[in-house]
Amino acid sequence: MKYRTVAELVKLAQEEGLSIGQTVMNQESQTTGRPREEVLSNMEKSLRVMEQAVEKGINEEVVSRSGLTGGDAKRLRDYAKSGQSLSKGVVLDAVNYALATSEVNASMGLIVATPTAGSSGVLPGCLLAVGKHLGSKRENMVNALFNAGGIGFVIANNATISGAAGGCQAEIGAAAAMAASAVVELAGGTPEQCSQGAAIALKNLLGLACDPVAGLVEVPCVKRNSMGAAVAIVAADMALAGITSVIPCDEVIEAMYKIGTMLPSCLRETSLAGLAITPTGEELNQKVHNLNKE
Amino acid sequence: MRYNSIFDIIGPVMVGPSSSHTAGAARIGKTTRNIFGRVPTRAEITLYGSFAQTYRGHGTDLALVGGILNLNANDENIVRSFQIAKDFGVEIIFKTVAEESDYHPNTARVCLSDSKGSLEVVGISVGGGKITITEIEGFKISLSGDSPTLLVFHHDRFGAIAKVAQVLACNEINIGHMEVARRSRGDQALMVIETDQDLTNETIKAVKRIDPEYRIALIIP
Repeated sequence: MKYRTVAELVKLAQEEGLSIGQTVMNQESQTTGRPREEVLSNMEKSLRVMEQAVEKGINEEVVSRSGLTGGDAKRLRDYAKSGQSLSKGVVLDAVNYALATSEVNASMGLIVATPTAGSSGVLPGCLLAVGKHLGSKRENMVNALFNAGGIGFVIANNATISGAAGGCQAEIGAAAAMAASAVVELAGGTPEQCSQGAAIALKNLLGLACDPVAGLVEVPCVKRNSMGAAVAIVAADMALAGITSVIPCDEVIEAMYKIGTMLPSCLRETSLAGLAITPTGEELNQKVHNLNKE
Repeated sequence: MRYNSIFDIIGPVMVGPSSSHTAGAARIGKTTRNIFGRVPTRAEITLYGSFAQTYRGHGTDLALVGGILNLNANDENIVRSFQIAKDFGVEIIFKTVAEESDYHPNTARVCLSDSKGSLEVVGISVGGGKITITEIEGFKISLSGDSPTLLVFHHDRFGAIAKVAQVLACNEINIGHMEVARRSRGDQALMVIETDQDLTNETIKAVKRIDPEYRIALIIP
């Protein structure tokens, strides 16, 4: 790829007069030697999987294999329909869709890892909610996915997208940065605004520990996906308003990585601290463990 | 660069809940099955570290068995892979080494066997559904399984590698990455050749003709 940093990606898009999504798509095709049509159609297939997961999650009361989570996406949707909700419209939809995808993930349903399975709700949540709100064309939705991929690509190669390596900030944080950038593009923002949206989203999830109860991708992962979606939408709105991150996106990514290496391993997917060892966390761990023995 | 494609970031399409513990596990299983080349009658799987601690909750066991049955990480049948194994008459044995060991925390050792032979492969799940095969039949290697890969078990002697490379060149197949491991000088050895193009049966036969004693396996991503 001709870019290693977000700044280089923005510059490349500006020079070519393209969106970040289009630039990333071209680069993917050139670097891998696969034709554009094939690359586009692969991404289109991923979009369809995302839509199906959201549909399933909001319509069925999907329950995880352990029984720890499930049914909340439908619960939230019913509540949203009542018109009583405080966060209305796109934000609540994004939160709802993210929750739906995460619940499907926990039930061993079909999802797209974006960038990981544990953080697979954030990007589809934001993209499908904003796409619905704007009435976006399908090709623009696909382009937005490439945009997200470009941001994730930089994070994955310069920092980390693994909870075990960098804590939850590396998973939900990266996913929120990707989603913010993607929806800025979908809403007609510039490449520069995309990078600002990504920076603002990631900044606000720095330090997030990875402390899953019983070692499962459920508590707190499922709800953190929906919160990541809310952060991403708000960050995108700020970027579209012309607000910039004082710390540039690439420096935020570097800071995330450094924070990740400073986090003790007990807060990096080992379930040895944080929520995992609260009295209820311990109790659930025992319960799941005993269930498994049967 | 650890990640080379956008589809490493937006992807894989997979059954949940964990790219490292489910999708990666399915790929380790499938790659092993690929090398073995047929349905085994017995699969003995040892899980280490985090795999051993959390495999049931993440469906790591279901995914590994699914892979051994040739299911992809996005196949929803993974959830019922134990039943499918039973239907095929594949005996499944799981062992765990949960305490700290020299192995990467997401390591699986897969031994497949039937009346014709056996195969032992060690794979690690490195995150995001990506894997590295670190050992085949005791040979230490580093194989991603992302590209078509030709494995040639041969005897360590001069010209062996050049002859295989020559066959690939004649068939217009480009080598993207290659490594060779051997037990000791002049002993049994393994060539691991990752290629840019798919390998046809004719090419594989041509490699086989170099020396009938070669054992050849193919990994299709």
